[in-house]
Amino acid sequence: MALRELSSLEKYLGLKKPNKYSTQGDKKVPVLQNNNGPPLVGLGTIASHLVKEAKRPNLLGDSAESRAVVQQWLEYRVTKLDGCTKEDTKAILKDLNLYLQDKVYMAGNQFTLADTFMYFGIHPIIVDLSVQEKEQYVNVARWFDHIQRCPGVRHHLPPLVVLRNRIYTSKHH
Amino acid sequence: MKLFVSEGNPHCLKVLAAVEVSGVQCDVQYVNHEERVVPFLSRPALPALLLPSGLHLFSSNAICRYLFEVSGKDSSELCNQWLEWEATDLQPALLQALHLAVVQGKGSEVSKVLQGPLNYLEQSLSKGNTPYLTGEAVSVADVVLWAALYPVLSDASLALGERASIKAWFDRGAVMHSCQSAAQKVLQGKGLQGMKSYMQRQPAPSSSQCRDSQPCNGNPAESEESERAVSAEEMETAALTWNKGLNTCSMATSRQHPILPQEGKRNILLTSALPYVNNVPHLGNIIGCVLSTDVFSRYGRLRGWNMLFVCGTDEYGTATENKAREEGLTPQQICDKYHVIHSDIYKWFQIDFDFFGRTTTEKHTEIAQNIFWRNHKHGYLVEDTVEQLRCEKCQRFLADRFVEGICPHCSYPEARGDQCDKCGKLINAVELGEPQCKVCKETPSIRSSKHLFLDLPKLEGQLEQWLDKSTSTGDWTANAKQITRSWLRDGLKPRSITRDLRWGTPVPHPDFKEKVFYVWFDAPIGYLSITANYTDQWEKWWKNPQQVELYNFMAKDNVPFHSVMFPCSLLGAQDNYTLVNHLIATEYLNYEDTKFSKSRGVGVFGDMAKDTGIPSDVWRFYLLYVRPEGQDSAFSWADMALKNNSELLNNLGNFINRAGMFVTKFFEGCVPAMELQQEDKRLLALVGWELQQYIQLLDKVKIRDSLRRILNISRHGNQYIQLNEPWKKIKGGDTERQRAGTVTGVSVNIACLLSVMLLPYMPTVSQTIRDQFNAPQSCVDTMLQGTGTFVCSLSAGHRIGTVSPLFQKLEVDQIEALKKTFGGQQSDDEPPKKKTAQSAGSPPPAAGPAAAAEVVAGIGADPEKAKQLTQAVAEQGEKVRELKAQKAQKAAITAEVAKLLDLKKQLALAEGKGSDPAPQKGKKK
Repeated sequence: MALRELSSLEKYLGLKKPNKYSTQGDKKVPVLQNNNGPPLVGLGTIASHLVKEAKRPNLLGDSAESRAVVQQWLEYRVTKLDGCTKEDTKAILKDLNLYLQDKVYMAGNQFTLADTFMYFGIHPIIVDLSVQEKEQYVNVARWFDHIQRCPGVRHHLPPLVVLRNRIYTSKHH
Repeated sequence: MKLFVSEGNPHCLKVLAAVEVSGVQCDVQYVNHEERVVPFLSRPALPALLLPSGLHLFSSNAICRYLFEVSGKDSSELCNQWLEWEATDLQPALLQALHLAVVQGKGSEVSKVLQGPLNYLEQSLSKGNTPYLTGEAVSVADVVLWAALYPVLSDASLALGERASIKAWFDRGAVMHSCQSAAQKVLQGKGLQGMKSYMQRQPAPSSSQCRDSQPCNGNPAESEESERAVSAEEMETAALTWNKGLNTCSMATSRQHPILPQEGKRNILLTSALPYVNNVPHLGNIIGCVLSTDVFSRYGRLRGWNMLFVCGTDEYGTATENKAREEGLTPQQICDKYHVIHSDIYKWFQIDFDFFGRTTTEKHTEIAQNIFWRNHKHGYLVEDTVEQLRCEKCQRFLADRFVEGICPHCSYPEARGDQCDKCGKLINAVELGEPQCKVCKETPSIRSSKHLFLDLPKLEGQLEQWLDKSTSTGDWTANAKQITRSWLRDGLKPRSITRDLRWGTPVPHPDFKEKVFYVWFDAPIGYLSITANYTDQWEKWWKNPQQVELYNFMAKDNVPFHSVMFPCSLLGAQDNYTLVNHLIATEYLNYEDTKFSKSRGVGVFGDMAKDTGIPSDVWRFYLLYVRPEGQDSAFSWADMALKNNSELLNNLGNFINRAGMFVTKFFEGCVPAMELQQEDKRLLALVGWELQQYIQLLDKVKIRDSLRRILNISRHGNQYIQLNEPWKKIKGGDTERQRAGTVTGVSVNIACLLSVMLLPYMPTVSQTIRDQFNAPQSCVDTMLQGTGTFVCSLSAGHRIGTVSPLFQKLEVDQIEALKKTFGGQQSDDEPPKKKTAQSAGSPPPAAGPAAAAEVVAGIGADPEKAKQLTQAVAEQGEKVRELKAQKAQKAAITAEVAKLLDLKKQLALAEGKGSDPAPQKGKKK
């Protein structure tokens, strides 16, 4: 799973040469073999590395503050979202819904890596939500819909219908 | 900027230390544990940092990172990696450990919970060779890890064990005033107890977090299972079994050839995919086929099953003809030469075949032609004309590997006529783009030729019926079932069984005189003919499905031939053939995350393994440990050294050696009397349970998973010794001395059980252990019977032999040298010019048919690089001398010396001396 996310990120970043990954351990933590150094381990670590490689530092945040926020959500993604139980999801969605109340993106007003990987990580949770539940977490739904429509982000994941207040489904326009 | 912390909260220790180290001004406010500071989080989260923008940071690592960044220290990628590891791997373990120690009062169990992450940290620190995690200076990673580990590392009562590099690193942090004072603030000098009120409010960590959800894919040591609860009943049963004593009648009698099926026994016929004769097998081939089969065959014999293990070299086909032309020999000479090479390699790996034959025999021709005629008679062969490539210059049809071109599926430029090496898809030679004759490089023309086909669609019904039964009653690996299903789903087509070649089994039909059988039809018949060369009564195995169970071992690329094509040939022959009951297929083993490649000299090939100086048993252990069971895996030198040092040396070898040494040192070499107490019975139950799991898994051919059970047992054993400290008790009063005796006696018996469980994996080590203990042969026959019986096989008074260490440490420099010698990295190290010249595949004029080892050395040699390196060595040498003259810090000097040694090694390699296996040790200028 994590490997597909990384390859989607590579495509989004427009990296020409796809990297080779392997995984380690039961949690299948991604590993990037690095030609000129020891391998890099961990989803957030590798993702940050790829962004630097693509010379798109803004995706990691444009200030010390937003950089810390981005890393915080990357960590949240791998510690809280991954492997969360059914009971956890309610609390997670509730918190995120509150957090996103006054935000367009995870790190405020700018699209960052935090959006990409929170989106990938929350996708399996959103898939299982009923329409009513999606409406209960309207801010999450709005953010989610926004991110999945950002050009080049979605890649390996199917688009989900999260908002009902549309006259036309996405197929018709 | 405002920082909210609470007393006794270990996460707050991190941020307070970071505030002190970074020197960032911020307003620290102590609040209650339950205070909700971060407005959007429903659960209280501390520490929290209120940023000037009004945003809250609630992750302690993100807060530390931010504090460091505003003080002008950006975090490196390595730093990121440590922080991520801290959050995902260390924290869950720490949380569990602190809960055990502080809330449940089980400080003794902390060591087990933490050993995984601590070992990893220890390895990284000792490998990195720098004073701090990410280099020469303190980074945010050091502060975060130091503070996270402070509560457990500073508490001596937890007995976490000695880890030299961690200790040195931790003490370096302790020197920093800032870390100490942060610890004082949070824990108030109360140590672990300072966290009690905080920990009590935390949800108890569920052990399932650490438990491995998919047992078949895990890396054995990295997924520690948490302690199993043992019931009183289990303990009593275990104690009863213990007292049963050894079987007197021997179940596993010595083998008498020829082995034939016996009434009333489980009769198992084992085959390993026949290795193709013209290549030296690499580690991937070995683990996929012969080694896996060997483990199962040794295990089965211990279980008392009647087994026959046959294998041999597959010798016909175009590849052999090509190779013969390359080496200027006849195909038969090539086969004779390589058959011996194969045979020697497997002997070195201790593959215990009952018979290792070959396919170029008279019996083979006889049986293959018989199966052909029977299929012909029953109308399963059809004739058809096929378009084929023919080279006018060479005057022949270009089958399979005589033609190369562009793959029609993936556009790989060097696809062979039958299959593409890149995408693995089968190819019809006429579909190749820009085809070339491999011999003369001319473009061949398309001509038609008449061939015979096996009518697979006509056999499909019978095949499906048989498959349903076989896959539902037998043990087929998931990949085997899946590959087979996809073949059937796509529908079967008639498949050509004849070829326009010389080197093969002749087609006996008069209309097809000049042709031979296609290898896919011919090679699996080798199993039958090899058995026939072993015994005239081969049909008792091969035409006896009622009495015989057939296991086929192979790598996954071989599945369709064994599950679809070969069964169809046998079904079509209608001769009551024994068909496969259990199809065991491995995934692929990669080499340091690339593919093994003979032509590029990348990887370890069977004949070179022994040149490494690493014992055959250790090779077997590591290959089985990373056996690609359920998913691809990779061979890595560093990992091999790690597993040798951590699992074999420190875990398994350490336990067995200690148990034996205690008997020798404290009890004059005689096993002491044992009075089992509850604790001992509990251990017996735990060990018995692991033994049962081992048997259940191996019965299902989960070779890699059951190896883990062995290592679990020795881990239990080490813990038991550590906890009971017989070396102290032996100096005490009578009760204490007796206790030391029981612990020693139980331990040495566990070691004896381990020797039996190890037998399929490491036959030499297994025997050595029993020799050292003078263990009775009957223990081998007893322990693996039924669901597993762990009996006391070395009873009180038994005299053991001389005990000595079983394993040797693999040193870093030794392993680095091997890594360089066997490719992997070296192609990356080379200047790009050289690299392209190599990959173009044009061998240098002098090379010719060099032996494998020479090829490797040749690739290593590079005069241009040698010149650069000579210069670098001289410069680095100067630097070291300067440092020494200035009496610089020892650590700094050591680091520079290490660099120097590394450069020298590279130089040796570039000068073509790379294969020199003796790494240089000791002081060097």
